[in-house]
Amino acid sequence: MIDRKWIGHELPPSILAIERSRLQLFAKATGETRQEYLDVAAAQAAGYGDIPAPPTFLMAAELDSGASTQLLADLQIPLAKLLHGEQSFIYHRPVCAGDTVTVRSKIGEIYDKKNGALEFVVKTSRAVNQHEELVAELRSVLVCRHE
Amino acid sequence: MSAPSFDGVKVGDLLPTLQLPPVDRTMLALFAGASGDHNPIHIDTDFARRAGMPDVFAHGMLGMAWIARLITAWTSQSTLRRLDVRFLGITHLADAMQCGGRVVEKLEQDGERCVRIEVQSANQFGQTKIVGEALVALS
Repeated sequence: MIDRKWIGHELPPSILAIERSRLQLFAKATGETRQEYLDVAAAQAAGYGDIPAPPTFLMAAELDSGASTQLLADLQIPLAKLLHGEQSFIYHRPVCAGDTVTVRSKIGEIYDKKNGALEFVVKTSRAVNQHEELVAELRSVLVCRHE
Repeated sequence: MSAPSFDGVKVGDLLPTLQLPPVDRTMLALFAGASGDHNPIHIDTDFARRAGMPDVFAHGMLGMAWIARLITAWTSQSTLRRLDVRFLGITHLADAMQCGGRVVEKLEQDGERCVRIEVQSANQFGQTKIVGEALVALS
């Protein structure tokens, strides 16, 4: 059982510098070949200041910082039992290479289904850029399977 | 392909499908590095087997990244307002995913003309792995 005391827990902020080479690797890993995701001049021609971070990229902030790993350790969810249930993004502003994004997350609900065989943890996050402008809101539902 | 316009889009319109190659271990290793998700269950067969899985399997967020590609191939990323998905099943090695989307509503939100799109991905056996919705603003 995941201790319900973690409801309301705030994770330490995670700061991610958005780098071109990382975005180029992300494009390669996801099969993205359009030039605006690979080349600065093409990105600028498409109206971005630099290569844009793709829509799902911001998850990297808490993975790189170790905040995600620490959260799983705190909640005592083994990696072998972890599944991703749901993921949402609300977009407010573009994020491009050269930006620095800070993600702050909080644990919302923790609940179970199937008599505790599946436990769910809801995490909500706000991502701001180096100007403290809100760039995105994220919501993740993590699932711990005991079956 | 020209960018879709609000007036040119009808409820029921289908987005061009995105066909992905079969999932392989190289793809998962690259995505682990690129995404920052180093969970060994996606890249280490020994770990996956100890966890009771037949083998490594794809990161959920790789599947969602493909859904995002479906949208941004149709309209510029700068028009994307919202993307929500539910992961229904595990995407295994050799699954060749196809992502699709359908316009289900035209609406106004926060002073912008938007379309709501139902999205999903399924493997070559017709097993749906991800369902969700995107909201894009079209001029």
